Amino acid sequence: MTATPGATPTIVLVGHGMVGQRFLEALAERGLTATHRVVVLCEEPRPAYDRVQLTSYFSGRTPEDLSLTDREFIKDHGIELHIGDPAESIDREARKVTARSGLVVDYDVLVLATGSYPFVPPVPNKDATGCFVYRTIEDLLAIEEYAKSRATTGAVVGGGLLGLEAAGALKGLGLNTHIVEFAPRLMPVQVDEGGGAALLRTIERMGLTVHTGVGTQEIVTDSEGAVTGMKLSDGSELAADMVVFSAGVRPRDQLARDAGLTVGERGGIAVDERCRTVSDPHVFAIGECALAADGRVYGLVAPGYEQAETAAATIARDEAAFTGADLSTKLKLLGVDVASFGDAHGTAEDCLDVVYSDSRAGLYKKLVIGADGTLLGGILVGDAEAYGTLRALTGSVPPISPESLVLPAGAGSGAQLGPSALPDDAIICSCHNVSKGTIRGAVTEHGCTTVPEVKKCTKAGTGCGSCVKVLGQLVTAELEASGVEVDKGLCGCFAQTREELYEIVLALRVTSYRELLDRFGREGARGGEGCEVCKPTVGSIIASLAPSIGASGYVLDGEQAALQDTNDHFLANLQKNGSYSVVPRIPGGEIAPEKLIVIGEIARDFGLYTKITGGQRIDMFGARVEQLPLIWARLVDAGFESGHAYGKALRTVKSCVGSTWCRYGVQDSVRMAIDLELRYRGLRSPHKLKSAVSGCQRECAEAQSKDFGVIATANGWNLYVGGNGGATPRHADLLAQDLSDAELVRLIDRFLMFYIRTADRLERTSTWLERIPGGLDHVRDVVVHDSLGICDELERLMREHVAHYRDEWAETVGDPEKLARFVSFVNAPDTPDPVVSFVPERDQIKPDLPLLTIGLRPADDVLEGSAQR
Amino acid sequence: MTLAVETTDLKVQLQLADGWFTVCDLSVLVPGRGVAALLPDGRQAALFRDRADRLYAVDNRDPFTGAAVLSRGLTGTHQGRPFVASPLLKQRFDLVSGVCLDDEAVRIPVYEVRTVS
Repeated sequence: MTATPGATPTIVLVGHGMVGQRFLEALAERGLTATHRVVVLCEEPRPAYDRVQLTSYFSGRTPEDLSLTDREFIKDHGIELHIGDPAESIDREARKVTARSGLVVDYDVLVLATGSYPFVPPVPNKDATGCFVYRTIEDLLAIEEYAKSRATTGAVVGGGLLGLEAAGALKGLGLNTHIVEFAPRLMPVQVDEGGGAALLRTIERMGLTVHTGVGTQEIVTDSEGAVTGMKLSDGSELAADMVVFSAGVRPRDQLARDAGLTVGERGGIAVDERCRTVSDPHVFAIGECALAADGRVYGLVAPGYEQAETAAATIARDEAAFTGADLSTKLKLLGVDVASFGDAHGTAEDCLDVVYSDSRAGLYKKLVIGADGTLLGGILVGDAEAYGTLRALTGSVPPISPESLVLPAGAGSGAQLGPSALPDDAIICSCHNVSKGTIRGAVTEHGCTTVPEVKKCTKAGTGCGSCVKVLGQLVTAELEASGVEVDKGLCGCFAQTREELYEIVLALRVTSYRELLDRFGREGARGGEGCEVCKPTVGSIIASLAPSIGASGYVLDGEQAALQDTNDHFLANLQKNGSYSVVPRIPGGEIAPEKLIVIGEIARDFGLYTKITGGQRIDMFGARVEQLPLIWARLVDAGFESGHAYGKALRTVKSCVGSTWCRYGVQDSVRMAIDLELRYRGLRSPHKLKSAVSGCQRECAEAQSKDFGVIATANGWNLYVGGNGGATPRHADLLAQDLSDAELVRLIDRFLMFYIRTADRLERTSTWLERIPGGLDHVRDVVVHDSLGICDELERLMREHVAHYRDEWAETVGDPEKLARFVSFVNAPDTPDPVVSFVPERDQIKPDLPLLTIGLRPADDVLEGSAQR
Repeated sequence: MTLAVETTDLKVQLQLADGWFTVCDLSVLVPGRGVAALLPDGRQAALFRDRADRLYAVDNRDPFTGAAVLSRGLTGTHQGRPFVASPLLKQRFDLVSGVCLDDEAVRIPVYEVRTVS
């Protein structure tokens, strides 16, 4: 380096995106952070985050979850990171960079990783209020705010990879979403006509509207300058409250241009094979701002990472070169798998296509095969399961015929070619360039036994994540090969899955956990106490099957009491300070004023905090253990019963008012919701069950976000299953249409019992449907067409559950022996737990938590929650 | 009510700094579940009975949340050692040593227990 002798040479990185962060890691790996001062100028208000996963914000990932920057890493390596302070000018003569804040940094090496900016076509009114681009977390937050406050319909300009991501974002915000693509098909760069058609059908089925082969001519605005729609090149007009431009990106090379560095004709800072700019040996450019030596600008993260490695290696004087990169991609766009790899469009001479296409299922698979049988590339739409294996096989002759590689499993000669067929030098993780051999080595030499351990050890799977599936298969195969049995058992006590235990309990009528553990548990677990995983699981199985196997249906009876999680054991929900909340059942959300008043009186008398729940019920918080039976007694007296808010059981069946009051309603949704809630109340299951009934297609009860949801039609009811809200929302799938009342109930009986029988512990119906082989089609075959011949049994099990239901609260209140358990202290039953105390907030109470380091607060300066005691 | 002498006569005691402290009858302990006891100095203990009628006592306070709830956790055996899992965030504590199985830096106080007639 040419720094002044004695002074520490300085590396300045401009831009802290994904590639910039990878560059810093590569510097650290080579020890350069120890010998150099490293200064980073970052324009965005937050350090590097995972831009590829931006859309996952709508499935619950927060900006913090998306972060790629470990503060410890920055600190440990002494990196000076300046957030929100972009570089504004470069003086190459004096080797100085000036940032917006006025900060001036001398450099010995300057690395530009400024990324790209979204391309906005030059149409009139492109800057109107309501026009957005989709590139950063800030863009996303702005889109979200606008969509929530003033938009119901949104249009995305661009049907490529980024456009579909943006469309996914708008759909995630609940907008009617249109996609406008100039090319005649979606994702024109990655897929061919057949693939585009399969993609189009699937995306349209999700309720998005796609306009292909048309361009945007003008954005239409109202008198205040806000977007109202757009004019298209075919003369039509599309109404929209907001427009997101997502028609590609351009390299951000202005800073380099201003500094006199050579840029390409169509943009991009020209660099050589070492990622050094062709104009200045002290300046490098990496990632989307760079025009690589092969004349291309790479817009994917994997080539960017490789460039980051190359630049770091060159600075460290290692041998490295970036001569071009693989453009293979695998994405899940709007829930559809799309992958392309190698020579996807078949440009090689004499190559032939092998195509499997199933329009009905939205599947399209094409392999490009060379004259000598070599796999050259391919396109997968709808099912990209084989992507990891196929990409790694590209360039070689596959060990089985190409036809069997595209045929679905079970269709004639369809063969599954697992990653075990791959050679050791096959690249599994192309983001971090990790080979199969390295992954095997992590298991055999470094003792990794799980995917997270292998990820940490090799970095594989930590980029785009598309190889994690193959990673799991490789780790399993390697462990099996080295004699380690891969354990699919429920826990350390049982080698069986939950489903297997269910079958054992049902077939052998086992009513005791101890008996099950001692007969069927793992060798070392027999005779022991079990654990916190299998006890509630077995408790739940016994409770689900109680009437059929001759067990007590009351969860606090005998040995069963010892199996229940604390919530089931106390028939209430434990809250953070050790107090409980109480939720009485309000079937269908319908409640008479007298009962509403009773709830108010009880909450007032016991000093409870009350809140309306999302399931149309009322939750009362802050009850002490010893108050629970007193509260239940008053609720039971007034005609209430347990709402099972504490159990892995049916929670609530929401409803809208339906045809009785609503001018749009076509069926009596309230009555149906009450009938269903009373039928399935108390049913213990692998996880909680939620339901709703909507009285018309307007779906005010949000039935499609429930485990089983019912929507009224003019002819009866449609049944949807497998929906979910929460952290991983999933729209329910239509199981059957236009059912009569009796048909509906019979089908739900079968569906729920089949789920209870086959699901894993804590597996909601949504994940269960996605996991079980055959998915929704299989479930439909079993519960609608009775393909396994078990429907009579499923119905019988449910009939027995319904016939034997009893209210757990009433039962407990009437049992002095059980009541004795509801005390604060076994030796001082009338002394309230001093840790449970409350302070006022907004006219109610909230927990006053003891400070963990200081201990308890003196008892006299707190407001007691139970003034009446 | 007739009392079965051989079981109800047994009392459960904890060893405190100043001697043995009687908590309750053995018969109120359900195998696999715990109870909370209030100690003379205001602290709380969680008592457990396993299926072989062995007794354990630990501090009732969950060190991760500050709530006095360990007596309401589920018990189990991990590699031959008895444990209780906190009902709040599910960390497991060895009932004999008090060491947290999921975070070895954390340890809760344990008490000696005995039964006397």
